[in-house]
Amino acid sequence: MTAEAAQPQQPLLRVRDLKIRIQMDNGVMNAVDGVDFEIRRGRTLGLVGESGCGKSLTSRALIGINPKECETSGTIAYTSSQEPEAKGEPLNLLALNPNGRKIRSIRGRKIAMIFQEPMTAFSPMYTIGNQIMEAILIHRTRNKKEAKRIALEMLGKVGISDQEKRFDQYPHEFSGGMRQRAMISMALSCNPELLIADEPTTALDVTIQAQVLELMKRLQREFGMAILLVTHDLGVIAEMCDEVAVMYLGKIVEQAPMKDIFRNPKHPYTKGLLRSMPRLGGSKAKRLESIEGSVPIPVNMPPMCGFYDRCKDRIEGVCNARSVPATRISDSHTVRCFLYSEQPGGQQR
Amino acid sequence: MTKPILDVRNLNKEFKVKSRKALFAKPASVRVLQDISFRLQEGETLSVVGESGCGKTTLGRCIVRGINATSGEVVYRTEGGEAVDYLKLKGAEAKKFRKDIQMIFQDPYSSLSPRMSVFDIISEPLVASFKLSKAEVEEKVSAIAEKTGLNASYLKRYPHAFSGGQRQRIAIARALITQPRLIVCDEAVSALDVSIQAQIINLLKDLQEQYKITYIFISHDLSIVENISDRVAVMHLGKVVELAAVDSMFRQPRHPYTEALLSAVPQPDPDSKKDRIILEGEVPNPANPPSGCHFHPRCGYKTERCLKEMPAMREIAEQHFAACHYADELTLRGARK
Repeated sequence: MTAEAAQPQQPLLRVRDLKIRIQMDNGVMNAVDGVDFEIRRGRTLGLVGESGCGKSLTSRALIGINPKECETSGTIAYTSSQEPEAKGEPLNLLALNPNGRKIRSIRGRKIAMIFQEPMTAFSPMYTIGNQIMEAILIHRTRNKKEAKRIALEMLGKVGISDQEKRFDQYPHEFSGGMRQRAMISMALSCNPELLIADEPTTALDVTIQAQVLELMKRLQREFGMAILLVTHDLGVIAEMCDEVAVMYLGKIVEQAPMKDIFRNPKHPYTKGLLRSMPRLGGSKAKRLESIEGSVPIPVNMPPMCGFYDRCKDRIEGVCNARSVPATRISDSHTVRCFLYSEQPGGQQR
Repeated sequence: MTKPILDVRNLNKEFKVKSRKALFAKPASVRVLQDISFRLQEGETLSVVGESGCGKTTLGRCIVRGINATSGEVVYRTEGGEAVDYLKLKGAEAKKFRKDIQMIFQDPYSSLSPRMSVFDIISEPLVASFKLSKAEVEEKVSAIAEKTGLNASYLKRYPHAFSGGQRQRIAIARALITQPRLIVCDEAVSALDVSIQAQIINLLKDLQEQYKITYIFISHDLSIVENISDRVAVMHLGKVVELAAVDSMFRQPRHPYTEALLSAVPQPDPDSKKDRIILEGEVPNPANPPSGCHFHPRCGYKTERCLKEMPAMREIAEQHFAACHYADELTLRGARK
């Protein structure tokens, strides 16, 4: 694809200090609290965390589809390599009017998204073909015949047989796995540079999940798009990703290449998460290690490490006294924990 | 020797579905459970796994009599050794045993009434099954709350104030309060986050050890199943296709469907082997099952025989049952080395 050739040095998307605040009755919730990451062309970044950690809000902020209550700040610099609009010049997506013409020409066209619930993401009132064509008609062509041809081709690419018949069927006539395939075909119909996949296989059976993951990998090779994969399943991460960002309570606590996260995790939360995951090959006699306690609600949080209450390695007077800066421990590995911080107090132990 | 607690014999369940063809057409029937038989020993955990739509939830509900089975027997052995067919009991007779067989549901958000306080939720089965004074009820509820890791001060609150993990603890407390001997856990940890999931699994195991509870653990997650069960039953389209001890099955599965399920589980390990078996196509429709072996359209080992003949369940190795014509010829890949 043209992607890698154009600007190898510029990442496709660079997110800096992304903050999402939600005004609640009892205070301000810092749902996303200073998130930095980059997505490189043709690569896959995994965003992993438990429910409520802000991973979905983060991914939705990229295309400006969060509800109005979310006050969003920071920058999302998007450097396109297709099209005339941005010739090497990064474009701050957050500065755009979320209902404006500009973002609408990017949303769905350059940055597409697939959702967790293939049951609810489609409208039950229109045929699958009609809904796939809608995206194509908005972004690619005005010619209905041409749009239908593209839609049928896409349905074939995602492995739906008998496309002509399927094209005129309604979502309820599709099974869960088929709907997810149809959604992928819709998202990829405009050949996007970035695909945001929010828990794409969580609602599916393992056998169907394996099919869909395989399909996503194949299409990534074919189309060369980057993927932002939002999930809570570390198994899916190991399968799909080049890089991983672990989120906890609105912050990225650790970020590294995928293999480093699994072989050499640093943050106590990442370690705990890996240990508490049951994996094949264990037996009943083995007890699972769990992380004690539960995720606090980030309303009116004082500046401290959000994981403090559940952490086995916490340092009193340090971890609960101020907010934790990100420490770079190697070129590609950053961790947000005082155990690795060079600041005084961090290395006391 | 352990003693049997439950004996499920030829359990069948049919659902009537309206035909779309004509308004007054006779309703067609779908066989959701077909001749399910197994025996449970006291204190063991039997997991039931399979894809959605295979009938695993229906099986659980038929056993607790949430819905009534079409035919078959569920023979329950009381502590005294008396055997009763639980499905045939009526009214007060059945109520006598309800307290012994309890259930934990998948979704802790919809299985707790939002209009009852936690105390009311937990104590309801107790009040329904026993005649106890108010003080006794209170004592029992606070004892069970402590066991399941619920703070006594939580009891006055309502479910909306709790997180998913804590709600599931409430559901467990409710199931435990009558001191049941058998609990059907229907996807009891599926809706929870990984770190909370581990807490709940450990809690279930601890409680089993303490009270010798028998579990039927319905799940689609094989890594959890391996961690919690003694034996596993694999279901496909309303039939048990493989039944064996967990070690035996995970080391060497005897049914191609089990092999495919095991290989499809994504492993949180970048070095794990990636040569997985990807099943083509979708789960067949139970209203119109394929001929012969129901698994043949997706099976990589199928022959002419599989298209015509339905394989019977038979013992392949010691206490290892599978329903495949070629179960003793195929060498299938397990999840362990």
